[in-house]
Amino acid sequence: MTLLNVVIFLPLIAFLIILAVPKDKPEMVRVFSLIASLAVFVVSLGLIGPVWSSAAGTFALETNRSWIQSPAINYHVGLDGISLWLVMLSTLLTPICVLLSWRSIDKHIKQFFAFLLLLEFGLIGVFCALDFFLFFVFWEVSLVPMYFLIGVWGHERRIYSAVKFFVYTMAGSMLMLVGIIYLYNLAGTFDYTTILAGLQSGAIALSPVEQLWLFLAFFIAFAIKVPLFPLHTWLPDAHVEAPTAGSVMLASVMLKMGTYGLLRFCVPMFPNAARTCAGWIVTLAIIGIVYGALVAMVQPNMKKLVAYSSVSHLGFVVLGIFSFTQQGFDGAVYQMLAHGISTGGLFIIVGFLYERRHSLEIASYGGVATPAPWLSTAFMITMLASIGLPLLSNFIGEFLVLQGASLVYFRWTVFAALGSILAACYMLWLYQRVIFGKASEDLTHHMPDLGFREYVIIVPLILIMVWMGTYTRSFLTPISASNAVLLGPIDARREIHVKAVPRPSPILAAQGEFANAR
Amino acid sequence: MPANFMPTGTDYLRILPEIIMTVAGALIMLLEGLLGENKKRNLSVLTFVAFAAALGAAVAANADPGLSFSNMLIVDGFATFFRVLVISVGILGLFSATQYLKREHAESSEYYALLLFSVTGQCIMATANELIMIFIGLEISSIATYVLAGYLRDDKRNNEAALKYFLLGSFATAFLLYGIAWIYGTTGSTNLTAIRIALLTPGSERNVILAGTAAALMFVGIAFKVSAAPFQIWAPDVYQGAPAPVTLFMSTGPKAAAFAVFLRVFMTAFGPITSRWEPFVWSSALLTMIIGNFAALMQTNIKRLLAYSSIANAGYIMVAVAAHSQIGTAAAMFYLAAYAFMNIGAMAVITHFSRQGEKYVNVEDLAGLGWKQPVTAALFSVFLLSLIGVPLTGGFFGKFYIFKAALDSNLVWLTILGLLNSAVAAYYYLRVLVVMYMKEPGEATLSLQPVGVGIGATLWVAAVGTLVLGIFPSVILNFATASSALVK
Repeated sequence: MTLLNVVIFLPLIAFLIILAVPKDKPEMVRVFSLIASLAVFVVSLGLIGPVWSSAAGTFALETNRSWIQSPAINYHVGLDGISLWLVMLSTLLTPICVLLSWRSIDKHIKQFFAFLLLLEFGLIGVFCALDFFLFFVFWEVSLVPMYFLIGVWGHERRIYSAVKFFVYTMAGSMLMLVGIIYLYNLAGTFDYTTILAGLQSGAIALSPVEQLWLFLAFFIAFAIKVPLFPLHTWLPDAHVEAPTAGSVMLASVMLKMGTYGLLRFCVPMFPNAARTCAGWIVTLAIIGIVYGALVAMVQPNMKKLVAYSSVSHLGFVVLGIFSFTQQGFDGAVYQMLAHGISTGGLFIIVGFLYERRHSLEIASYGGVATPAPWLSTAFMITMLASIGLPLLSNFIGEFLVLQGASLVYFRWTVFAALGSILAACYMLWLYQRVIFGKASEDLTHHMPDLGFREYVIIVPLILIMVWMGTYTRSFLTPISASNAVLLGPIDARREIHVKAVPRPSPILAAQGEFANAR
Repeated sequence: MPANFMPTGTDYLRILPEIIMTVAGALIMLLEGLLGENKKRNLSVLTFVAFAAALGAAVAANADPGLSFSNMLIVDGFATFFRVLVISVGILGLFSATQYLKREHAESSEYYALLLFSVTGQCIMATANELIMIFIGLEISSIATYVLAGYLRDDKRNNEAALKYFLLGSFATAFLLYGIAWIYGTTGSTNLTAIRIALLTPGSERNVILAGTAAALMFVGIAFKVSAAPFQIWAPDVYQGAPAPVTLFMSTGPKAAAFAVFLRVFMTAFGPITSRWEPFVWSSALLTMIIGNFAALMQTNIKRLLAYSSIANAGYIMVAVAAHSQIGTAAAMFYLAAYAFMNIGAMAVITHFSRQGEKYVNVEDLAGLGWKQPVTAALFSVFLLSLIGVPLTGGFFGKFYIFKAALDSNLVWLTILGLLNSAVAAYYYLRVLVVMYMKEPGEATLSLQPVGVGIGATLWVAAVGTLVLGIFPSVILNFATASSALVK
């Protein structure tokens, strides 16, 4: 029983315990959920050490046990530098979401917290699973609690949004299931490491057509989850209608299931197909970046604005992955984490505002700075992080992605950078309309500053934003190591479809990776 | 052919489950007249004992597998699997019926006798190694089921259901019988192994065409019984009209037995002409899934919705048959078991919820059930999620295994279309979840009584079964795989 299994199964056990608590004891449920989710977080801190000290290209804390004998399905989990931080993100945000829902959830309290913990179980599992069947199981299991969180505790159009979310994802995952079974029939195993090694060594031979179809089967499932333009339409609905905790989990962690899938499975397993399609995919990603930003700009609804900003930010991640460069990969992973923290923070602050004024319309705010200065400060830092201000988290991610993209095709960078500029426009404009100006009597009356519980929620996130923006190495080191391994064989086949080979810059040549590439 | 036609002890041992149930059924009909009004309740206990004994006998018979009664019956893993399955369905059908019958003031023991006879027929279908035995088993099962469908004889809908089922059913059976006649004329035998050998004999090219026609005729009869397109028209009306516990029984037990026949006949006797029937099964499977799933999208009546869902599920199993492989057979067996649990569970909830006269059978009536009776609703959710095909439930693993078998046989398009179909299916099952959890309770939910013992037992057994098949599928899967070779 490694520590990782404890982290995976603790939320499930907590979920079962909550189900057994009588429903007339809401306080007990709240306290228990908080303790349980904090315990998971504390235990998950112990995961960092083993991953740091493990050799690059291996999975730390592996467990590989037979689950179903025939077809051979194993319970195979493990962590590397990429999945480590995504697991940490899930374990960090769950207690925050518990606190966030402390008072704002006032009906069916027991079920709400139970679903939140079940969701955590699914999310952690997705990032650790190294067996395709297991991965699929967790992938779908995380869908059910989120469906209920949106559908039961959401706003007016919650039912429509919940069903749309479920059916959209389901359709994508069915294609992925076909791909998984097809791979199994070729390889005779569901094991990720075995299949990857087989594909790379040529032991599992795929014709170009097969590779393309398999790539697409996986890619569409992940692209829906990311969401990549034009498959993004479920996202604004789901985000806007979900309760605050649901929006946070959805934006911060669930979307990363898609980009993680692209990075972990799609690109390394089917490199040729990925390269063939890269032009199209990058185009869609850039459209997403610009389109998301433009649409965000005209939203009258704060939550919708943040939701569309997610479309834009996730476009950067996809761009980074499909640049097939070390910088692009590193930037993509860093952007996943930074987006998780900063957009999670934005949803939290929108939630704070909503709790005070029961409106998501920007127009019903204005002058919040006067009655609630600390709330406004927190909003400002989070907003600036989201824009990508240097010294804050998102800057690093976006910078690395743009650098990676520029190495391959400079024009991509130009268009994608537009997104960063537009981000400043819509965010600053949002901030200006909500925070500045003269506060109405009514607003002043309903706008107390941050309370103790709210400080506990937002301060850790702000600290992490600053930490990620200043001391990058503490996160990036294991990420880079793992990315280098994933990228290795793809880089080696660089001749396959690179449109332009840029001049080697002295800095990159010194780093050594570009020299190999040529 | 042995000269001595006297059955031996082993012969009797291999047919013991059927004997037990027939004797118990006859006994119940006799006792009905003799027992006083207040003692009749004990007859349901007798039925249960008979089922339990038959279950034990079926398991015991598997210890000594082989042919019996001059090769007319066969006891092998495959037969045992289906015997155990249909008897279990019978037991759960009994559990969910007792309360219902009391509620409808129709507590008479014919119901139990008919249930026993129907299951007997299905057991014979599972063990039959010969076309005439298949026909006899099918008739025993069907006639009892026709009567059950019209059990509440004062109810108009029941009458409609029974009549429709009977007329169309007899018509379909005639096709089956005609097919049997053709095959006998062509090959000179009704024994499955003998037919196979006759079709494999060199120089039987002309026979192959005749046998293909016979297979087509038999396919019509069987497709009707499993409600596969284009012979599915009767299913929604009959499932909707019949009493809820009968629908529960009829949509699982007879269907499983009909699939047992389907698999055994087409995999053994018609094995040599696979290339002729495979395209038909392929298209029928696709059509069944599409019709079932898309028609279910429009339904407002939950019984009718589950009827279409049952058609769609038959389509998934047809995919496994179309795969015509050993894995396909095992996948179909597994899915039928999983489907039995989840469908029985869902129908048991409807049986409980519909109240006297089946007043509340609209999807909308379930509004707010999730908060009024959380446990019932949670169990119902398990069944619905399993029908959707969410992992960790039997429905998911069954579907997974079916489509794996299909891909093994290179049915790539059928797999893709089938799986996309199940994404469509998610929509109508979700609608039920939406109503249960996301709507305010209405009058139907507020006046709901707690779940009784019988239905409660059915629900829990079905839920545990669904989850066990989803989390530890090896329990059943290994047995299904081991017995899917079939005696050829």
